[in-house]
Amino acid sequence: MTPPEINSPGYEIPAEIRNQVNITTLDRVYNWSRKNSLWPMMFGLACCAIEMICTAASRYDFSRFGMEVMRPSPRQADVMIVSGTVTKKMVPQIVRLYNQMPEPKYVIAMGACASGGGPFKEGYNVVSGIDKFIPVDVYIPGCPPTPQALLNGLITLQKKVETESIKSARWYGRRPIQPIPIPVLGPDLMDPRKYGEIRELARQKAEAEAQAAAEAAAPAGEPEAG
Amino acid sequence: MTEQTQTTYTPDLAARFPEWVTPDSRPGFSGYLVQREHLLDFCKTLRDDLGYDLLSSVTGVDYLPEGKLEVVYHALQTVGGPMLVFKVQVPRDEAVVPSVVSIWPGAEFQEREAWDLLGIRFEGHPDLRRILMWEGFEGHPLRKDWKEPYFEEEVKPYKSRWPDGQVERIEDRMPLQDNVQYPAGFDPESWTPDGDESLYRGLRKLLEDSGSELKTDRLIVNLGPQHPSTHGVFRMVAVLDGETIVDLKPVMGYLHRNHEKIGERCSWLQNMPFTDRLDYISSMSNNFGYALAVEKLMGITPPERAEYIRVIMAELTRIISHLISIGFLLNDLGAFFTPVLYAFEERELILDIFEAVSGSRMMCNYFRFGGVARDFPEGTLEKLRELIYERLPRKIDELDRYLTRNEIVQTRCEGVGVITAEQAISLSTTGPILRASGVPYDIRRADPYSIYDRFEFDVAVRYHGDVYDRYLLRLDEIRQSIRILKQALKDIPEGPVISGKPQWQVRVPAGESYGRVEGPKGELGFYVVSNGKANPWRYHVRAPSFINLTALAPMARGGKIADVVVILGSIDIVLGEVDR
Repeated sequence: MTPPEINSPGYEIPAEIRNQVNITTLDRVYNWSRKNSLWPMMFGLACCAIEMICTAASRYDFSRFGMEVMRPSPRQADVMIVSGTVTKKMVPQIVRLYNQMPEPKYVIAMGACASGGGPFKEGYNVVSGIDKFIPVDVYIPGCPPTPQALLNGLITLQKKVETESIKSARWYGRRPIQPIPIPVLGPDLMDPRKYGEIRELARQKAEAEAQAAAEAAAPAGEPEAG
Repeated sequence: MTEQTQTTYTPDLAARFPEWVTPDSRPGFSGYLVQREHLLDFCKTLRDDLGYDLLSSVTGVDYLPEGKLEVVYHALQTVGGPMLVFKVQVPRDEAVVPSVVSIWPGAEFQEREAWDLLGIRFEGHPDLRRILMWEGFEGHPLRKDWKEPYFEEEVKPYKSRWPDGQVERIEDRMPLQDNVQYPAGFDPESWTPDGDESLYRGLRKLLEDSGSELKTDRLIVNLGPQHPSTHGVFRMVAVLDGETIVDLKPVMGYLHRNHEKIGERCSWLQNMPFTDRLDYISSMSNNFGYALAVEKLMGITPPERAEYIRVIMAELTRIISHLISIGFLLNDLGAFFTPVLYAFEERELILDIFEAVSGSRMMCNYFRFGGVARDFPEGTLEKLRELIYERLPRKIDELDRYLTRNEIVQTRCEGVGVITAEQAISLSTTGPILRASGVPYDIRRADPYSIYDRFEFDVAVRYHGDVYDRYLLRLDEIRQSIRILKQALKDIPEGPVISGKPQWQVRVPAGESYGRVEGPKGELGFYVVSNGKANPWRYHVRAPSFINLTALAPMARGGKIADVVVILGSIDIVLGEVDR
């Protein structure tokens, strides 16, 4: 049995062969098969991971949507569910895992922390959302999102998959897709794409400090000189 | 156990060691101030002569106005009784304290944490590296004059969040639109990342000699931080000789969410929801510890009904946590996901009650200072009775029947990851790890809080100290929790659930306080220091998962690499609490 939505609209299929014949496009078949076998990566960061496990467990059971196979290896996964607070110490590993996933790949930012830092945003070791480093397809609000919310997010991702086309898919493009540069742990987290800006910022800071020191020294020195 | 509790006494140490210690006479403070030079002698006497065999907590406080850093120690006697608190004060610019690792090896990680976050150097520590942040990170974040990149104001509520009623995002004010800052004149291109060099340096000397006649190569193997059986973002670095573990070092901090720095900016009540996210499987019992610590400072007690509700919630949480722990232990043994499903089925039923009561499944944020946020909605008690009297006992027996006599469980767990009672005490482990090694130390009995002295229950204890006994002990504890729950449900009175009017800004008098509860993972302690203002001056969490990990390497040494995963599962860590 094929589901009705796979048929292209506007074609009349005789009733007697309706279960054997479909008139459709390559894109529709391609997307329909992909969206029903999105394999998430078994990858938990924090509290949201527990709700993700709940969603996989018997009560909510996301295998109903074609996602029962969770893979601990990024090389076998389609969807990375970033489930929890992304810390500066962890983000190099997350970017590396993302680079290791084969195309087509999707990212779900589950919960407030992964979407934008969440309650811990102001922390010195917290990245304000994973989208600072890797592209995110679906954001799910909540702290943590309930299993229903995660299911809704996964269904939203399926809808996104439906809209894609082989012609324009980036993984069939002419050029190889460049991996995302892996952040470096320096005195603080450093994004290799921003080295120039970091150097400029540090130079400005040094100048401002030198100026402040000069200003602080000047009034103290004047009375002595006078 | 009860008789022993009554016979313990707190001697007047200031009279006994007048050259070494003075009583801490600041208003609201207690315990002793120890001279830095005499710290080791004092600690040795405490341990050997006075019976303070377990060093529970080591942390630091930055008293910036006085120019002092203070190291705070909490020691306890495993026979029961209150804690002994003593402190060492050092100047901020010369923060060096002798390490007590030689006396209480359990201080190892906590001293590393104090070095990492407060910059207190512990002389004689065997491996003083950063533990939560990475080597090379600029500054010691918990010092009061250290500002995070997203610094807005010293304390909340921030005025800068809604200038003229317009919402403003802090990123837009930052030069790189990001949560980063760099030292002046820094050049990223000339930076060489540490790359765990300091970690490997310590392990490399073990590679040289395998000691056996057969010439074999030793290897360093990394497990994690992305590994399906590390229960989160935890990493272990093991030195292997064949399949045998020569040494192992845990690496953490991958989920360090700056709980304590944020906690010192937040107001007292604002910290309550953050405690939920420590051990995110047992949020209610985290609330409990924090509420106790602050209530002790405020000098209030909750009304009767609230006390009963608190106990009910804490015990339900313990059941959840132990169920998950058992389920995931089986996961680690290779029974992939099926036993967890059994555990989650029961957990969902308890979560339904949490959701009905507090509005949230996991992050309950239910306790308040002087009570709980709201009363049970209608029908909750009936649901609870059905669960406690009918369903849970039956399901626990079912789990017991399926797992306990299972041949694979027995062969893989018995005699694996053993620590003796002496080791467990000296390594500062608490909770199921300590009790499975034959030490009947349970704070609910040893130093009763809330209304635990009213209930009849046994302190579960097992004696082999292996993975199997830790599993059995958790089953025992679930049964004891059900026993407590039955009594609490029978006796719960009617009445108010919070003393006084609910307040969003509480007045907390100046002083220090240490509130501790027997959490599902062990002793969960909150050390708070108030200076009488609207925010805590210091807010420290004594996290049981974190400190129990000190025992991981001794348990794993000499075992096989495949067993490490099981041993870790039996310690039952939650990374939110390990890294905070």
